[in-house]
Amino acid sequence: MKWGVVRFPGSLDDNDALYALAEVMEQEAALLWHKDTSLAGAECVLLPGGFSYGDYLRTGAIARFSPIMKSVEKFAADGGLVIGTCNGFQILCEAHLLPGALTRNRSLAFICERVHVRVENERTPFTRAMRRGDVLKLPIKHGEGLYVAPETELLQMEERGQIILRYCDADGAESEAANPNGSMRAIAGVANERFNVFGLMPHPEHAVEAMLGGTDGRKIFESIAGRA
Amino acid sequence: MSKPIALPGEPRVDLEQARAHGLSPGEFERLEKILGRTATFTELGVFSVMWSEHCSYKSSRKYLRTLPQKSELVMQGGPGENAGAIDVGDGWVAVFKIESHNHPSYVEPYQGAATGVGGILRDIFTMGARPIASMNSLKFGSFDHPRTRYLLGGVVGGIGGYGNCVGVPTVAGEVMFDAAYNGNILVNAFSLGMARKGELWSARARGAGNPVLYVGSATGRDGIHGASLLASAEFDAESESKRPTVQVGDPFTEKLLIEACLEAGKTGAIVAIQDMGAAGLTSSSSEMAARGALGIELDLDKVPLREANLTPYEILLSESQERMLIVAERGREAELQAIFEKWDLHAVVIGEITGDRRWRARWRGNVVADIPVGALADDAPVYDRPAAAPRKSAAARATVRREAPPPAVALRAILANPNVASKRWVFRQYDSIVQSNTVEGPGGDAAVLRIKGSRRGLALSVDSNPRACALDPYAGMIATVIEAARNVACAGARPVGITNCLNYGNPERPEIMWQFAEGVRGLGDAARAIGAPVVSGNVSFYNETEGRAIMPTPTIAILGLLADVARRVPSHFQRPGDAIMIVRTAPPVLAAAEYDAMYGGGEGGLREIDLARESALLETLVVCAEQGLIRSCHDVSDGGLAIALAEACFNPEARLGAEVDLAAHGLADPVELFGEGPSTVVISVASKDTEALMRTFAARNLPVYPAGRVLEAPRFALAPEIDENINELYEIYETALPGRLSSHD
Repeated sequence: MKWGVVRFPGSLDDNDALYALAEVMEQEAALLWHKDTSLAGAECVLLPGGFSYGDYLRTGAIARFSPIMKSVEKFAADGGLVIGTCNGFQILCEAHLLPGALTRNRSLAFICERVHVRVENERTPFTRAMRRGDVLKLPIKHGEGLYVAPETELLQMEERGQIILRYCDADGAESEAANPNGSMRAIAGVANERFNVFGLMPHPEHAVEAMLGGTDGRKIFESIAGRA
Repeated sequence: MSKPIALPGEPRVDLEQARAHGLSPGEFERLEKILGRTATFTELGVFSVMWSEHCSYKSSRKYLRTLPQKSELVMQGGPGENAGAIDVGDGWVAVFKIESHNHPSYVEPYQGAATGVGGILRDIFTMGARPIASMNSLKFGSFDHPRTRYLLGGVVGGIGGYGNCVGVPTVAGEVMFDAAYNGNILVNAFSLGMARKGELWSARARGAGNPVLYVGSATGRDGIHGASLLASAEFDAESESKRPTVQVGDPFTEKLLIEACLEAGKTGAIVAIQDMGAAGLTSSSSEMAARGALGIELDLDKVPLREANLTPYEILLSESQERMLIVAERGREAELQAIFEKWDLHAVVIGEITGDRRWRARWRGNVVADIPVGALADDAPVYDRPAAAPRKSAAARATVRREAPPPAVALRAILANPNVASKRWVFRQYDSIVQSNTVEGPGGDAAVLRIKGSRRGLALSVDSNPRACALDPYAGMIATVIEAARNVACAGARPVGITNCLNYGNPERPEIMWQFAEGVRGLGDAARAIGAPVVSGNVSFYNETEGRAIMPTPTIAILGLLADVARRVPSHFQRPGDAIMIVRTAPPVLAAAEYDAMYGGGEGGLREIDLARESALLETLVVCAEQGLIRSCHDVSDGGLAIALAEACFNPEARLGAEVDLAAHGLADPVELFGEGPSTVVISVASKDTEALMRTFAARNLPVYPAGRVLEAPRFALAPEIDENINELYEIYETALPGRLSSHD
């Protein structure tokens, strides 16, 4: 599968995503520059973590106006696969490609640690290699990952299965303690109504090698790559 | 050549003015003699920063020269370089340095700490190395001091705010609280970068006629006299008013600068490059020219400014962050400018290299400074300040023993002490995994990084032991170096290079100068003994408030090299049933131990350290790791043996228990349980390997005791006195710091 990893000024996990995809997962992957408009034939576009444009104003608020995002929006509208991790998730929400918004963590502090998330919907291009209820161990590292959306919208998202990942403990149980940032309904990842755009706060690209602490992130990339 | 002129409205330059700039009468006389005339106000400002303690190392240079700086692996190092460089194999060079940002962090904790991180990163990538890891060493006042929480929150926030946004993982660190730092906290920031061998950049100007490019942020009024008045003077009641001398950081611009500079370096059009750190444009321009025995002429009208009407004095002395100065190959300016443009950064030609060895600045048609280039750097004053041991030895001031609590009570209390308790509250605020190299992150003895495309690995540790240094600045320094080295050796890495940040009081006091001299002597002796050269460093004097100095606090960071990162050794116990072994080079003491600070008992002073024996221990640990003999290895440090054993049980993957019989070896009294000092190491080993391990240590004459075994059950038993539930101890250890921070006492 052909992947495009967008590099915004201030992207930080762009090289890590590229390394995970190209070197570890042996996928075809290339960087896409924010000032360009070409997606270079990518079949899946990945918006990486980081502090795009310094995250001044609001996280992801400036990145959504970059030239490449016009192309990403069109690509998504045409049914192309888009995944955003961390800052990429924030950008997708700002661009209204995903519902809801990400606000400051409940603790008001940046959090870097490994957490558990439970797969809530396995019938998506991003989770098809997993089963519902599977627990993944993935790292998070963010200051603004508290997911919020209006209650009515959350209900609709639940009904449509748009909530893809929820924070939980190692056994898959939800609890206050297992929700690291205070997200509503413990939401860690959501998809759009068409299930071709997926955003998550955890970093699957940082969980592809046992030496670096785990390989559960592979399952997400394998799900996506298996579709093509 | 027209003589520099005084500008309208400028203050008169005289001895009083020089004093206000921090120059002594002798120094003022010296600069008039060098110029052969009265300095302009601009020139006075320039001399005052360049001759400040912070920039000139005028009190320390004599001692630093004595340090071992060479080994077969050293590519570049020693005073005068931006950072040291070590050949780590497979075509890679590791570039690293540690630096202080103490006074700015006390005055404005968030920005002070943030710009400390930014500054050390620039020292690394200015050599052509991509920064891949940061560490820090933090010292705060007593935990109950009214300012401590504010300072802790600000400093940790600033380090995270900058480091996280610039995409360099913070992989290790240390935090200590002690009343000695109530009025003068310490923030020491370390960074390490990697470059390809043979591709390090130079900070030596070449080629008269080559253009000088200014890149990065525009120049503002922030940080003027940060190096001279803030960093090179004691604190007093007025220090709060120095907040404007603290710079403001913009990590986003720094990230762009890193990418743009590394990309620009690939063109080969960069002749020399240096960051505008302390003393900003002045130091970067004069030092690059001086190293190349050339001159430089700057046109200050071309410098990008944040606001109009900055005076030449302000432009030259500004310490605005995220700026670099580049000497480019003539005719290739446009090529470089295109790269910086791509990253939305300024890249402006502001001057050129000359052959006349003058450092000259023009502004609005006038020459405002014209100084022999060597006068600012090479000809800065060097002092041999009087050094004398205090009449009353520090050991005599040690605390008196209070009633000793039962060991189980002491164990719980020490685990809850903020100096010993888990620092997770701190390090979870730092991105420790970006760049995908972090094999072992914060919380262990040493951080371990892999090198992509190589089997080798790097281990990093940062350490200090100010209480030991306060008792004996020589022996305390040795203990610090040995502990940092032991930390990387516990991970299975051979120590290959040292960087240091020497934090002391006012060097104009003989007692402080003596502490410093003794410290440097200890550093040299320890470095030679373990065969690791001192490749870079930084001195921070004047850490005093109203005449009270901090404890002498040398911070030592060590780079260790693993031949095979797959053979790294974790610090936590791994499997139930494994044998627990204790290796000891000498019996511990309570002097300078956390136990002593809480209950007393340290009056005997420090124990002498046998450097040959300590080196043998380091080498043996590495050999055992390379042979795959060890399952886990943890150094006994803050809190002593009982604490180290408990910490080894706190495996984040699966907590384990331990059953240890200390009485069998006579190790059970408080000194044995809670004493510190070189050297004790807790090792776990598969039962089948115990014989081989004991033989290996015995062959080097190092005592090793089989002391117990790792349990699946959550029991922590140190016979005969301690029998606790490990989960309860873990709870105490993990909740102590956040619990105390959130309580409203």
